[in-house]
Amino acid sequence: MTSARLDTLARLQGAIDRLESGTAETLRRVPLGHAEADSVLHGGLVQGALHEVFCDGHHSAAATGFAAGVARLLADQRYLLWIRQDFSARENGELAMEGFAELGLDPRRLVMVCAHDADSALRAAADALGCNGLGAVITELWGETRSFDQVASRKLTLAAQDSGVTALMLRIAAAPQASTAETRWMVRAAHSPPSEDWGAPVLETSLIRNRHGQTGRWIMEWNCDACQFREPQTHSRPVAAEVADRSVRTSGISAERLLAG
Amino acid sequence: MVAAKRDNALVVVACDARASRGGVLPGMPLATVRAMHPAVDVIDHDPHADSVLLNAIADWCDRFTPLVALDGADGLLLDITGCAHLFGDEARLLDTLIAALTRQGFEVSAAIAGTAVAARALTRGAPRSIVAPGEEARAVAPLHVAALGVDEAIVRGLRRAGLKTIGEVLARQSAELAARFGEGFVAVLRQATGDDDAPISPRRPAPDYLIDKRFPEPIATLEVILPTLLGLAKLLIAAMERSGKGARQLVASFFRSDGAVRRISVETGQPVTRVDVVQRLFAEKLGALADPLDPGFGYDLIRLAASVSVPTSEAQRGFDTNAHQAEDVALLADTLAARLGARRVVRYLPQDTHIPERVALAVPVQHCPPDAGDAPWPARADIPPLRPLRLLQQPEPIEVLAGVPDGPPAQFVWRRVTHRVARAEGPERIAAEWWRAAEPGLTRDYFRIEDESGARFWLYRDGLYNVEVTPQPDGSDPLRWYMHGLFA
Repeated sequence: MTSARLDTLARLQGAIDRLESGTAETLRRVPLGHAEADSVLHGGLVQGALHEVFCDGHHSAAATGFAAGVARLLADQRYLLWIRQDFSARENGELAMEGFAELGLDPRRLVMVCAHDADSALRAAADALGCNGLGAVITELWGETRSFDQVASRKLTLAAQDSGVTALMLRIAAAPQASTAETRWMVRAAHSPPSEDWGAPVLETSLIRNRHGQTGRWIMEWNCDACQFREPQTHSRPVAAEVADRSVRTSGISAERLLAG
Repeated sequence: MVAAKRDNALVVVACDARASRGGVLPGMPLATVRAMHPAVDVIDHDPHADSVLLNAIADWCDRFTPLVALDGADGLLLDITGCAHLFGDEARLLDTLIAALTRQGFEVSAAIAGTAVAARALTRGAPRSIVAPGEEARAVAPLHVAALGVDEAIVRGLRRAGLKTIGEVLARQSAELAARFGEGFVAVLRQATGDDDAPISPRRPAPDYLIDKRFPEPIATLEVILPTLLGLAKLLIAAMERSGKGARQLVASFFRSDGAVRRISVETGQPVTRVDVVQRLFAEKLGALADPLDPGFGYDLIRLAASVSVPTSEAQRGFDTNAHQAEDVALLADTLAARLGARRVVRYLPQDTHIPERVALAVPVQHCPPDAGDAPWPARADIPPLRPLRLLQQPEPIEVLAGVPDGPPAQFVWRRVTHRVARAEGPERIAAEWWRAAEPGLTRDYFRIEDESGARFWLYRDGLYNVEVTPQPDGSDPLRWYMHGLFA
């Protein structure tokens, strides 16, 4: 009797979990490359879910870089759809393909959609999330908007779960609100390591919401060659310990840098 | 009566039947008319409104044939080759057209003939006549030469020579006529008699495929319109499939019962061969119209035409997931473009230039060449990014404090916020492309800047110091700085 009851309970629990799509085993997680962050995220960011990236107006480019990097990781060589609100482009500039390519991302796999306002951007996002050919959909909105409420975020979450396409919201100059997002990040630019001249993007990322775990705050650096995040490299030149597994190419750089220095 | 100013005098341009009964003729000075009939109503001539109206009538006439051409300021030419049987025969078509236009309040004269010039002459000289091919010469002979619609100087010249009817002119040697009035007039005569024919130049190119549906009772609700469109799409696509074609552009025309015509077109990147795609695109487009369909009293004719069609190859869908993905994305792009406009769904193609704002060209996905996905972007160098991730739409002027005039900035004010420079790298000099433009602009010295909060900027000084820009004698600073981009 009791075991039958427990059985039923377990079955119901499973059904609820499936409905909430919350069990760790069913979710595909993609590691960011930053060890601490990945351990807090139980292995990485969930594919086919909604993730939000917030920033204030002065750090729009840093947040753009973070969103682009995350999208690249989650999209896994598939097409990336970038939907941006007209006003955001006027305020923060257009996405520049040269810089995009230099981050190690592929402009050929990017389709840009220019939406008049937040409403049409969200509608386009909801449609795009149903398209299996895409890897990720980034929706870039500027400022506070009433149209992205609980209902809209729920809609995007469900669409993302159905198709497995990851939804990323890039919210510039907006304050975080309640939503159904899997994770929510606050991103700002961090200081470059003092010894380096001009390095890869270094970002201060705060995970301020995580549906399935803890939150945290890390400094991450985007590694343009490996297309992953990593801990900031304090030493621009490889130290002795790294010599053992250094690839031919990196030794090339260091030789170049030594020559240049 | 309509009057207009010609050579500084008000002249009658057109008048109605009552006025002509009273002795008024087009071309009379208005003063004369006023002397004859002091109570006459005079309206100012508005050629623009006339042409708008004529175009609206031409739109309406599209229901008879896709080939409708404007003929002067007051005529329309319809090429009804192969269309007459849809209305019974030629006489019924003519009756239908005249009755419908008369019902709308127009005074119409119309005629059918084998050539455009003959039809024009008959319309003016003997309305409602239908002339079988080969009989044009006999039919137009008794008409006045003015009915040919040729230049007024020619008509006047013929009148002076005593030639009043077309028949009299035809009796002369064509060489004489050519010597006096030019080859063009002879060509018009040959066309009037059916010896020669020239195609009309329709207002719109004839679509490759076209299908329409008439309603005895006008329909007005979207619930009926969409299924109708879907039914038409099915027939159209089936017809195109038989000849191995797919549509790149589809135009739906809605003919309102009161004469207004609305055209809505959708475009696709890949040729459409599936009905559900057509339906989805039109549903999107109709839903997104800024100026929604206004059925008024209802539509009595809906037409679907494939204005651009390309051959398709029935390719078997392979297991190549890349091709599937590209296909899905193209479909999505079509849907979004139908709603937002083609220019708003773009891909970037690399350009051979080093001017930062021109490196990437945004091209509508639907107009991308098929190999756009393979266009090579410059290979990434093994160095940190030297170009910003976001580029401002317009470089914005900033106020800069620099140690030396041609050195890196120490502090700058952008959008009323002061940034203290923590790290600067540069200059990277980008010269204008003097070989492209007459006024190429100044050389820019770009600096990569990190401010104290860690935000990174790309800004430039316009012009080489002491070469392109020189300090003013009054000591004012000639250097202008601009913010151009933001680094991640």
